[in-house]
Amino acid sequence: MQNRSTIFVCQGTGCLSSKSGLVYEELKAEVAKLGLSNVDVDFTGCHGFCEKGGIVVVEPEGIFYTHVKVEDVPEIAGSHLKDGKPVERLFYHDPATGKAVSYYRDINFYKKQRRVILYNCGHINPEKIDHYIAAGGYRALNKVLLEMAPQQVIDEIKKSGLRGRGGAGFPTGRKWEFGRNTYSDKKYVVCNADEGDPGAFMDRSVLEADPHAAIEGLIIAGYAIGANDGYFYIRAEYPLAVKRLYIAIEQARERGLLGKNILGSGFDFEIHMKEGAGAFVCGEETALIASIQSQRGMPRPRPPYPAQSGLFGKPTTINNVKTLASVPRIIDRGADWFAGIGSEKSKGTTVLALSGKILNSGLVEVPMGTSLSTIIFDIGGGIPDGKRLKAVQTGGPSGGCIPARFPDTPVDYETLTLLGSIMGSGGMVVMDETTCMVEVARYFLSFTQAESCGKCVPCRLGTKQMLEILTRITKGKGKENDIATLYEIARTVKECSLCGLGQTCPNPVLSTLSYFRDEYEAHIKKKKCPANQCRPLRRKV
Amino acid sequence: MDKPAASKVINMERIREIVMECGGHKWALIPVIQKIQNEFGYIPPEAIHVIAIGLKIFPSQVQGVISFYAQFYTKPRGRQVITVCRGTACHVRGGESLLEMLENGLGIKEGETTADMEYSLETVACIGVCALAPNVVIGKEVYGKMDTQKIEQLLKKGEA
Ligand SMILES: Cc1cc2nc3c(=O)[nH]c(=O)nc-3n(C[C@H](O)[C@H](O)[C@H](O)COP(=O)(O)O)c2cc1C
Ligand code: FES
Repeated sequence: MQNRSTIFVCQGTGCLSSKSGLVYEELKAEVAKLGLSNVDVDFTGCHGFCEKGGIVVVEPEGIFYTHVKVEDVPEIAGSHLKDGKPVERLFYHDPATGKAVSYYRDINFYKKQRRVILYNCGHINPEKIDHYIAAGGYRALNKVLLEMAPQQVIDEIKKSGLRGRGGAGFPTGRKWEFGRNTYSDKKYVVCNADEGDPGAFMDRSVLEADPHAAIEGLIIAGYAIGANDGYFYIRAEYPLAVKRLYIAIEQARERGLLGKNILGSGFDFEIHMKEGAGAFVCGEETALIASIQSQRGMPRPRPPYPAQSGLFGKPTTINNVKTLASVPRIIDRGADWFAGIGSEKSKGTTVLALSGKILNSGLVEVPMGTSLSTIIFDIGGGIPDGKRLKAVQTGGPSGGCIPARFPDTPVDYETLTLLGSIMGSGGMVVMDETTCMVEVARYFLSFTQAESCGKCVPCRLGTKQMLEILTRITKGKGKENDIATLYEIARTVKECSLCGLGQTCPNPVLSTLSYFRDEYEAHIKKKKCPANQCRPLRRKV
Repeated sequence: MDKPAASKVINMERIREIVMECGGHKWALIPVIQKIQNEFGYIPPEAIHVIAIGLKIFPSQVQGVISFYAQFYTKPRGRQVITVCRGTACHVRGGESLLEMLENGLGIKEGETTADMEYSLETVACIGVCALAPNVVIGKEVYGKMDTQKIEQLLKKGEA
């Protein structure tokens, strides 16, 4: 091997739990021992394919190793790095053909993806700002601060069609314009990294693998709106993301990308970190603001909207991690480029966390409007153990289930809403014939019931009532009129709750009721669980 | 040891210091609580009054914030904290039965600590490693793709 190569060991939370920390240390030692002076050992953040961890990639060829254990290190170092013979047994094996695939780019899981937000994830060292800069990072900030007026930035974002990736899909350019046009001596921008949806992990991956993208996006948002202070509100369940964010902020400050007079533009900007303390509702923007102010994280009625009166009573603009991470890419490549990806009303890409009963669990980024079957079968590899797909749950506790009979559903904001689900944070949990849909609804209700902050009555009592009924049904004690009662409570909670948590928490119930009513009826009338999951109703096998 | 034993006398002086380090303003309440918990492993109830005075707020406000957030504890926890993920992905792949096994194996319920202060059993709503579901966290280490056999082994080994 004549040319320089770099061997990257993934050090994301997923791979670390597969002991990739040891692999990294051992590789460094082994490469030093063999005196391989043309090989650099480095690490990256999450590749999104955590299931195959520890993941090790050799660049520039792009050889992709899976399930690497510390015992495999001598062979990788000796055979591949020293003698140029890659270790085939550690390649990814296509579950359909059983064939070994050596290159990153040839793996189906990656081949059909389009990575805009996750562009750098898995390719740069997240703790080195130079890697980010070498990949084109902070070029957009430079352009914005030195060549563009704030209104031009807003116009560019508007033109791109970018919509919020935090759940509701509100057009980001318009949100920024409200922020800009509110007059105040002081304004704030906040990056929402609370990622409360259980089953979603893309914000964690972005922050662990490419923290500067979110930072750059936040600085640009601050400039566009006229805010000199930004906050990251990040959940404490993500210790590694918190650590990498701190490192990245410090490095950006050292380079003069934060602080006074950034890049000589006269614009000042500071970033502050706030760690959450375990409350799902704090992802809601007014609750998030209360939490940053060290209060109980309870939502309040809007208006006034945070854009008028938010953090410390000042106008505040809140965006999700992925929304902000998209911003530098849009500025850099142009609004037209971004608007050229995706479907008519949903531009760009969406990042989905594929999990549950699926062969290839992981993070998947596809153009908006990609069909469910492409995501589940082509990228996800289908359902394990020869089972059949039953439904896909999207949007977490605020979303709903899409039954398998709609395989061509384009995944975008409009279509999912039409089917009674939502895009939400992008969680996508796949369910097969052994998953009981009543139990799924019960599970989500148990989550929202526990996380309801208790401030408004419909949500506090309604979730409790619905949970009781659903629990009763899964135990085989359902009553004849339970379905009608569920509908009635669900409607009341949806219409009368104060915040998004209550307004959306009936969705899992309503959507399973509309697509899988027969399962509810089997539980209630025949005392049977068709999926054979609910324990008290289980058939002997 | 990063978590002190339960019976240790609480150093109130240190708590006062922490309150002051964080600026002594009511907006610093959560960072103060987080810092105390990091150092002491929990929020000693006697600290509440000190925090309230330091930040010029009512003790009930301090108490209110502590009780609101799932991650603040007012009781000492075991030397080893075992956390079972209850997120959607982990639930669908059988997280619930892992929790049951651990409850039976340790003889405690979720949210409790063994009498010898060795283990606490907790749950979390998702740790973002859903692709390796179901997950159990012991201390700071994530154990992915858990199943009943692996739990049994852990229990036999005297946990982690
Ligand atoms: C109960 C609840 C939880 C939420 N959790 C999150 C979250 O974890 N992350 C997030 O970005 N947005 C969350 N949101 C949405 C935010 O309120 C807000 O709409 C979003 O951060 C705006 O950013 P965007 O325009 O970039 O999407 C949540 C909303 C509700 C009602
Ligand atoms: S659901 Fe368990 S880690 Fe996400």
